[in-house]
Amino acid sequence: MLEVTAIKKGIVIDHIPAGKGLRIFEKLRLDRHQAQAVLLMHVKSRKRGSKDIIKIQDDLTVDLRILGLIDPGITVNYIENEEIIEKQLAGLPQKVKGLFECKNPRCITGVDDCAVPEFTLVPNGKIQYKCSYCGTLTEYKL
Amino acid sequence: MDLKGRHLIDPRDLRLDELNGLLDLGLAMYEKPAVFDQTCRGKILGTLFYEPSTRTRLSFESAMLRLGGRVLGFSDAATSSASKGESLADTIRVLDDYADVLVMRHPREGAPKLAAEYATVPVINGGDGGHQHPTQTLTDLLTLKKHLGEIQNLKVAFCGDLLFGRTVHSLIKTLSRFPGMEFFLVSPPELRIPSHLKEELLYEYDVKITETSQLEDCIEEIDLLYMTRIQKERFFNEEEYIKLKDSFILSRDKLAPAKESLLVLHPLPRVNEIQYDVDEDPRARYFDQAKMGVYIRMALICAVLGVELPC
Repeated sequence: MLEVTAIKKGIVIDHIPAGKGLRIFEKLRLDRHQAQAVLLMHVKSRKRGSKDIIKIQDDLTVDLRILGLIDPGITVNYIENEEIIEKQLAGLPQKVKGLFECKNPRCITGVDDCAVPEFTLVPNGKIQYKCSYCGTLTEYKL
Repeated sequence: MDLKGRHLIDPRDLRLDELNGLLDLGLAMYEKPAVFDQTCRGKILGTLFYEPSTRTRLSFESAMLRLGGRVLGFSDAATSSASKGESLADTIRVLDDYADVLVMRHPREGAPKLAAEYATVPVINGGDGGHQHPTQTLTDLLTLKKHLGEIQNLKVAFCGDLLFGRTVHSLIKTLSRFPGMEFFLVSPPELRIPSHLKEELLYEYDVKITETSQLEDCIEEIDLLYMTRIQKERFFNEEEYIKLKDSFILSRDKLAPAKESLLVLHPLPRVNEIQYDVDEDPRARYFDQAKMGVYIRMALICAVLGVELPC
């Protein structure tokens, strides 16, 4: 059995649906990050059968807001001195910037680099985000 | 009402009391325009029209001239540095120093919001793509106020291009904030209002909306008929435009069963969606509506500049 030791300080992203870990690793740009990170795939899970896990050593500042767009059931554990100091359910981010583009072909953000849209979650139960420039609602999935 | 230094990008940038304040001021300017003829002396309006316009641009210019101010700008993107590839942000940074207030029309949705992010002077949205046209909404509201006194408990039909019609988007969002409004949305299925706007109206304003493709379904009960043009310039596919362009043509016959008190408005320009003989019908108020555009824009310019009013 493959063994990866516990981290003393950092972040453990747990309950990632099996097979989606690599995508999250890429979306969080951990390959370009200075922190040490490890991706575990197809780890046995009592609840899910199998899951993926990402461990990030020493860095508690990675922006994890996109996780909820991949699966709101992902959990994030913040570790200090080998103990969990905070546990969060990923959930859906209320605001997102820089992760995706507005899908309205008439939106200024499609042609002007100065216009970076911020997307706000609309409380309509459909996981739709509203573009701050043109107001178009789009369902985004990562 | 203190709007000094404020941008007007979306009609919701104005609270309802501010809207009503502007309408009162616009009506006062309509009744006694000469009183205000030096109100903006020494001030300059910059007009940035990246897309063709007759009424909006000229009514803004007329408004500023009637207030004693001056106007500079361009009415065609081809004659501006945008044709050389200058970014909108750079254009705004420069014109910001040349004028005291800017009005902008742009084919891209959200462009005036971007302009406002770079401007230190007030930016007024003169229409952005199929998105919003808040000063047309102010014009529409002033026309309603002039003819009806109060804006409340109205049955309103919007007819034509409700998908790309920015005047419709701005007006329906704004009318939804007034009490007792009910809407009939008359369009071919391909040109229904954007789903996000419909959801916003239902969730945020809880208004009653009926969608239909037949004007006959509501003509007898409505108080306001807001006609719109099927806009060729909004279609990516000309075949689709040709298929839809004659979807609704208002004739005297179609208008016959309507109330005597009905108001027929249209943001203009029209192509063929209202037959010319309808103009003679006393319910046709679209040219009066265009006239009111000058007075409400006078009120708006004064308000965002924060100039001292003579009364």
